[in-house]
Amino acid sequence: MKLAMKQAAWVRWCASGAAVLAVVVVAVQCNATTKWAGADARSAEARVAWQTVYKVLQHPRCVNCHPAGDAPLQGDDSHVHAQNVQRGADGNGLFAMKCAACHQKSNLAGAHLPPGAPNWRLPRADEPLVFEGRTSSELCRQLRDPKHNGKRTPAQLLEHMANDPLVGWGWHPGVGRERVSIPRDELVRAMKAWIDGGCDCPD
Amino acid sequence: MALDLEVNGKRVSVDADAATPLLWVLRDDLKLTGTKFGCGAAQCGACTVHVDGEAVRSCVLPIAAAVGRKVTTIEGLSSAVGKALSQAWIEEDVPQCGWCQTGQIMSAAVLVAEKATPSDADIDACMSGNVCRCATYVRIRRAIHSAAAIAKGGGR
Amino acid sequence: MSGRTLERRDLLRASAAVGGGLLVAFWFPASAEANSLALPKDFVPNAFVRIAPDGAVTVIINKAEMGQGVCTSLSMLVAEELDADWRRVGFEFAPVDPVYAHPGFGIQMTGGSTSIGGMFEPLRKAGAAARAMLVQAAAKRWNVDASECRTEKSTVTHTASGHSATYGELADAAAELEAPKDAPLKDPKDFRLIGRSTKRLDTVAKIAGTATFGLDVSVPGMLTAVVAHPPVFGGKAKRVDSAAALRVAGVVKVVEVPSGVAVVARGFWAAKLGRDALEIEWDDGANAGLSSEKLRADYAALSRTKGLTARHDGDPDGAFAAAKQVLEADYELPYLAHCPMEPLNCVVDLRTDSCEIWAGTQFQTVDHAAACAVAGLKPEQVKLHTTFLGGGFGRRANPASDYIVEAVAIAKQTGAPIKLVWTRTDDLRGGYYRPMWHSRIRAALAANGALAGWAHTIVGQSFIVGTPFEPFIIHDGIDGTSVEGSADTPYAIPAVHVDLHTTQVGVPTLWWRSVGHSHTAFVVETFLDEVAHALGEDALALRRRLLAKEPRHLAVLERAAGAAQWGTPLPAGRARGLAVHGSFNSFVATVLEVSLEHGRPRVHKAWTAIDCGRIVNPDGIVAQLEGAVGFGLTAALYSEITLRDGCVEQSNFHDYPMLRINEMPDVEVILVGSHEPSSGVGEPGVPPVAPALCNALFALTKKRIRRLPIRREDLTA
Repeated sequence: MKLAMKQAAWVRWCASGAAVLAVVVVAVQCNATTKWAGADARSAEARVAWQTVYKVLQHPRCVNCHPAGDAPLQGDDSHVHAQNVQRGADGNGLFAMKCAACHQKSNLAGAHLPPGAPNWRLPRADEPLVFEGRTSSELCRQLRDPKHNGKRTPAQLLEHMANDPLVGWGWHPGVGRERVSIPRDELVRAMKAWIDGGCDCPD
Repeated sequence: MALDLEVNGKRVSVDADAATPLLWVLRDDLKLTGTKFGCGAAQCGACTVHVDGEAVRSCVLPIAAAVGRKVTTIEGLSSAVGKALSQAWIEEDVPQCGWCQTGQIMSAAVLVAEKATPSDADIDACMSGNVCRCATYVRIRRAIHSAAAIAKGGGR
Repeated sequence: MSGRTLERRDLLRASAAVGGGLLVAFWFPASAEANSLALPKDFVPNAFVRIAPDGAVTVIINKAEMGQGVCTSLSMLVAEELDADWRRVGFEFAPVDPVYAHPGFGIQMTGGSTSIGGMFEPLRKAGAAARAMLVQAAAKRWNVDASECRTEKSTVTHTASGHSATYGELADAAAELEAPKDAPLKDPKDFRLIGRSTKRLDTVAKIAGTATFGLDVSVPGMLTAVVAHPPVFGGKAKRVDSAAALRVAGVVKVVEVPSGVAVVARGFWAAKLGRDALEIEWDDGANAGLSSEKLRADYAALSRTKGLTARHDGDPDGAFAAAKQVLEADYELPYLAHCPMEPLNCVVDLRTDSCEIWAGTQFQTVDHAAACAVAGLKPEQVKLHTTFLGGGFGRRANPASDYIVEAVAIAKQTGAPIKLVWTRTDDLRGGYYRPMWHSRIRAALAANGALAGWAHTIVGQSFIVGTPFEPFIIHDGIDGTSVEGSADTPYAIPAVHVDLHTTQVGVPTLWWRSVGHSHTAFVVETFLDEVAHALGEDALALRRRLLAKEPRHLAVLERAAGAAQWGTPLPAGRARGLAVHGSFNSFVATVLEVSLEHGRPRVHKAWTAIDCGRIVNPDGIVAQLEGAVGFGLTAALYSEITLRDGCVEQSNFHDYPMLRINEMPDVEVILVGSHEPSSGVGEPGVPPVAPALCNALFALTKKRIRRLPIRREDLTA
């Protein structure tokens, strides 16, 4: 039953996925159309891979912009952003406190200065994509559910993690911020493995 | 390097390194000292100006990022909202030392322009980036409510 | 040092003035050279006012305008007696001249919340003298008796003859007359301006961005200097490699001055990049090992020993021996930075035989003397222009004139006008903090429920020792500013002992808005709450009892408590706390209503009542009290300068946060009218805030906060 729902979701994803990494397209198509021998092994692999993905997504560099509340978080201790910054409907902040009021397209030289990357923002208010406080299982299910992942196909999710410069900032966070400890290519490999394995999630 | 800017509706050319924060080009090169220096780290809001109508902290905006965009400082805030804010700020006698006040007004201008009747929560969301060491906050809040009313009554 | 001599001379005059009455040092000069910007056709009756032929009235402000509203309230004093048309009244800041000295302290300065109290009569006299001359000029012109003339709105009228002339029209004739020695002052019941809320004269310039602060000054050919200060107080540069700094585009020069290494450049940004590129090896000196944790332990140990006695009433030892219950507690307060929004700065144009200086300063006489000494020029060769101050809070009244001296020292080696700019980090790490304090306090509760004894041991640094103020403020080894607010506690306690340990620590300290009261009020008012709790008595009731003979304390207490509906039930999760404190001859009671939000204190509303004697500008007082609530909350909730390995740890608003608008409570200010002389307003609102907050938090959580700033764990542990 669970599997059937999942496959339906895959199909929808496939239909909507336009410009995607070739390898993902292949994986998604394969997975969506057939259930071949060895699928169980793949899904076991997926679950292992997911643990890597989860570790990255729980890093302060990721959590801080995927908060549970409507305020971004700051710092390696993920404290609520000073200055009462609010998400706003589109995730770009509010009024004189839009993200771009302070955050540039790249980091500024020096400590305690606003970090920067292109399109610095939070998820939209109607799709908050919360990472903060999510268990491995919760976050996994959230990520594969288009209703709760920003209507993204697996390909688009992979694209976000592999190529979005805002995500990439997590590995180049500037002075005084811990970078994401797992290398980005490892995250991408784990993402692919998770998707290839059917986006299986831990209980 | 020579960079062409549009500040308060005027085209100006300044010779500055591309990474120089807009604040110092305004204050040191263009002598527009109404924009204030408070922290140099986007933590206090004293340096707030508008770039293409949005509030930015000019102490962290590299001048290169302002090229081709419209910069408005307190000296050039001539909109109906700006006038309403001035009137309200005078009626409420908001400033004490005054150092942060131009930045406060530049931030408030975005709020009143975007929201005709701002709530207290809107004011908190907009203005918490602007520090006032004299703590004139009670009056800033009153003045914003009052400016919004003025702007609605006699504004554009 | 000649600067030191000048200070001493001035201060000696101050002491004579204090001895012989506040106003002895005040005089009107026969010629008014000090009214320096007067034009030839202006009527210049004295150093404090001039009237132009077009009727414009200019009041010369001998105080620093740092937000407290003096340029308006002092102008009101002159305009009141002058019967000036308020719409034509403007102001300018006074040059440095003995005529502008503080009538009590003998030097030109702003501090101690004394501007209105000190200038209330002198400025009224200045206005009255000018008015008398204008009336006399009119009477002469119309050939009528001066006593038959009336004045109103800058116009002299003689009703019987139908004559009338404006002050502008009479200016040239009045200028020919001799100033009267003692023009009569108005009966206060005839005041038209004093006592009425009057809009600030500086608002328009401040919101338009045209008000000139020190940092806004620009002179032709000016360069900007940013200084690398030693990371440890008292450190010295051992080796400076300026090669990389000099390669930064725009950097002109690197110069070593006693306070550090300055990079001089075209504009701030180049100077700052240049400073970042300096490679300096520092000799940290004697203070390399300073640490806040070590100081805390040292202070706590000292507080267990006897200090110098600041007050001894009755038989405290007997009271404690006979007590049914003894309460004792330790209170701790940290070093605090003033952190004015406008970072410190100074512009200096030094020539071979002259020097012009522009600075936001509270200490003109001292700064002028210090600048003369560093520049090697005579007093008449050095001009100091006072600008608006983007906040002062005491930091811009420094006996060492640190940022003035530094700027002149850099200018001496530069050969061009310079603007010294401190960054926020320089400001937070540059020293001259409110001292760190430790209090050991005990109360003896008698069997009958009386507060029978009180003993308070105070440990901390003196910022008066070694300054010219020492002879006036330190008596028998007791720095009055260390114990004020405790040694003079008004509570009726039969036995009181207050003693002081003055420590010597290599951290520069200074007065900070409300000075000693900033720590003593917290300790006394919070501990009194502990006493009330131990006695099972309401905090207001206990204070009423102990202040029965203090009508001014009582009046503000009753008004604040009444406005806050003290004693009435509150919704669950809310609580009130109160405190009352007298400082700078004024009396303030504050009630705060609080809750906890996400484990942090949230202040919803403040009621604060003040008796500051005769009220000059009511709305100005309201503004100061509103601001004092925010300033006091910032200190109680956030502020702390800490040292590790001799270095200050804080560097900007992320680790030295300020209260923001979303945290600011609603404030209701109650002005308690009185006919006592006008007294302080800028500072007295601050001391009751922290104790009122902590008393409210105790009511809410039963956790007693004895160390500031308030820590999250102190509320949950």
